[in-house]
Amino acid sequence: MGEIPAIETERVTKSFGSTHALSGLNLTVPQGGILGLLGPNGAGKTTAVRVLTTLLRPDAGQARVLGFDVVRQAAEVRHYIGLTGQYAALDDYLTGRANLVMIGQLGRLGRSQARRRACDLLERFDLTQAAGRAVKTYSGGMRRRLDLAASLIGHPEVLFLDEPTTGLDPNSRAVMWEIIRELAAEGTTLLLTTQYLEEADQLASQVAVIDAGRVVAEGTPDQLKGKVGEDRIAVQLAPGSDLAAAVAVVQAQTTGPVDADPAQLLVTAPMPARDGITTDVVRALDAAGVRVSDVTLRRPSLDDAFMMLTGHRAAPEPAPAGGDAGREAATEQGGAAA
Amino acid sequence: MTAATISHAPRRSASRRGNLRWLISDVAVLAKRSLARIAREPETLMDVTIQPILFVLLFAFVFGGAIPLPGGGSYHEYLIGGMLAMGLAATAPGTAVALVTDMSSGLIDRFRSLPTSRSAVLAGRTIADLVTQVIGTVVVAGVGLAIGWRIHSSVADAAAAFGLALLFGYAFTWLGACLGMMLRSPEAAQQMGFVLFLPLTFVSNAFVPTQGMPGWLQPIAEWNPMSALAAAARSLFGNPNPAASVQAWPMQHPELAVLGWSAVLLAVFAPLAVHLYRRKAAG
Repeated sequence: MGEIPAIETERVTKSFGSTHALSGLNLTVPQGGILGLLGPNGAGKTTAVRVLTTLLRPDAGQARVLGFDVVRQAAEVRHYIGLTGQYAALDDYLTGRANLVMIGQLGRLGRSQARRRACDLLERFDLTQAAGRAVKTYSGGMRRRLDLAASLIGHPEVLFLDEPTTGLDPNSRAVMWEIIRELAAEGTTLLLTTQYLEEADQLASQVAVIDAGRVVAEGTPDQLKGKVGEDRIAVQLAPGSDLAAAVAVVQAQTTGPVDADPAQLLVTAPMPARDGITTDVVRALDAAGVRVSDVTLRRPSLDDAFMMLTGHRAAPEPAPAGGDAGREAATEQGGAAA
Repeated sequence: MTAATISHAPRRSASRRGNLRWLISDVAVLAKRSLARIAREPETLMDVTIQPILFVLLFAFVFGGAIPLPGGGSYHEYLIGGMLAMGLAATAPGTAVALVTDMSSGLIDRFRSLPTSRSAVLAGRTIADLVTQVIGTVVVAGVGLAIGWRIHSSVADAAAAFGLALLFGYAFTWLGACLGMMLRSPEAAQQMGFVLFLPLTFVSNAFVPTQGMPGWLQPIAEWNPMSALAAAARSLFGNPNPAASVQAWPMQHPELAVLGWSAVLLAVFAPLAVHLYRRKAAG
C-alpha cells in the first residue's frame, strides 16, 4: 500500500459533440489524501467525477482508482468507491432505512450486514428518528446526509463527493463539513468538487483548480491563496479628508504595505487576521479626525482566484470582448452536458 | 454515539458468491424496491385496478349493447379476453415512466457506480411490472366473474390463456423499457405511452370484432398482437370468439401468434433496451 495512488488520471479527455468537457486532465491523489477539485460551472468537475466512478468512458487517456483502470477494470473500481452526486440519488418512495439497506445489498453486503450497517449510519448521521419515513418527506439537508450515508454503506476506500454542499443552508453545510472532516480523519481518500474556494480551503489538503477541462493550478489551499492574494481592507475617504493622516492610521492598524490612491482618495492595505479589525480602523480614523465615506473588506472570491490563475473570468456572463469569449461559451455548454 | 466505522471496516461479504447468484439477488432487491412503492402508495396501481374496472363497466353496460358479435354469444363474455390484453399493455407506459424517473433522479447512476450486476436494473424493473400485471389480471378476472364472464374450458386451457397473456405482457414491458431509455422526461414517457397504447388497443378486436371495420383497417387490426392475444384468450376460455371466422393467419392460430409476437418483442426490445442502457452509460 502507499505506493499506488488512490486516484490517478493521465491526459484524460472527454468530449460531448463539439464540447470538450475534459481536455487532458492530470490528477494524482495519494491514499488518504483529500483533493478539492475547484472550478466554476462547466469547468469539467462533474465529468471528471463521472469518469472516475466508471459512469462515463473517457475518449482518451487513462484513469485509475487504486491502480484499477476505470474502463477495463470497472467492476473492481466499483468495489472500492463511493459516490455522492450533485443531486441526492435516492428512492423518494422508500424509507431512509430501506434506501440504505437496498444500496447496501446492491453494493454486495449481505442482507443482515446491510441492515446492521444501515442502523449504524442512520445513527451516525442523526437520521434514526426519520429512518422510517419516506425520503420524499426529508428536508434538503437530511437528503444530503442520507445520500452521503448511502455512498458510505459499502465501506468505500475512495469517496467522490460532487458539490456536496451546493444548495444547502449554512447550518446543513456546517454539518456536512463536519462529517467530511471525520471521514478524512479516518483515512478515507476523498475527491470533492466545489465551486467555493472557502470549502476547498476548509476541507481539502490539496486543491486542483480546473478550467476548461484541465488543471490550471495545484497546491495546498495556502499555496493557492498565496497566489490569489490576501484579504484587503479598503477605506474610501470623504472629499477633502487628509489622505496622509488616513494612511498613517491604516498603517498603524494593519501590518503590510499601504496603498494610497490620491486621485480616488482610496486607501487599501492587506487585512490582518484579527477580530474586530474593521471597527478598530474606523475608530482610529474617527479619533484622528479623518472623515470616511466607506470601509469595505475585499476577500479574494473564486472569481478573483480565477482571474488570477486563468487570466479570465470564471463565468461567461455578458461575454467580455476578447479572444476567450468563444472558449468560455464552450466551457459553459460542457457543464450542461456534463 | 456508536462507534460506527465509516471506512476501512471489514470487506464485503466474505463468501464469494457466483455471478449468477448475485444477479438473482440484485434483480430481487431491485424488483422488491419497485414493489415496495406499491405497498406504500397503492394508488399507483390505479392503472391496473380502477382503470380496467371502469373499462369493463363502460363496455359491458354502455357500449356493449350496440356491438353485435358475428356468430352471436354474450358480449360480457367476449369482453374479458380483450380487457385482459388491454390491462397488460397498459402497464408498459408505467415501465417507461419509472425508468425515466430513475434516470433523471440519478438513482440509476448510483446503481451503476455499485458492483451491481449490469443487467439487474432493467430486469428488476420488468419483473416488478410483471407482478403488477398479475395483480391487474386478477382484477380483470374478478370483475369479469362479477358481470357474468365464465371459463367454459379445462383448467389447463385456462392456465394456458393466463400464461400466454402474462408472457405477452412481460415481453411488452421491454418495449416500455426501450421508451424509458429513449425519452428524457417522465411526462414525455407518459404521453408517448398513451399515443402508442391507445391505437394499439382500439385498432384491434379487444372491444369490437374486426368484421365491422373498414376493409383497409381490417388487416391492421387482424395482425395487431392485441387481437391475437384477445382471440387466444377467448378461444382457450371457451368464450365467444368471432375472430375464428377471420381468414388472417394470426386469427386462425392466435396462440401461435401470441407466442410469435412475444418472442419477437423479447428478441428485439430486450437487447435494444440493454444496448440503450449501456450506451447511456458510455455517455
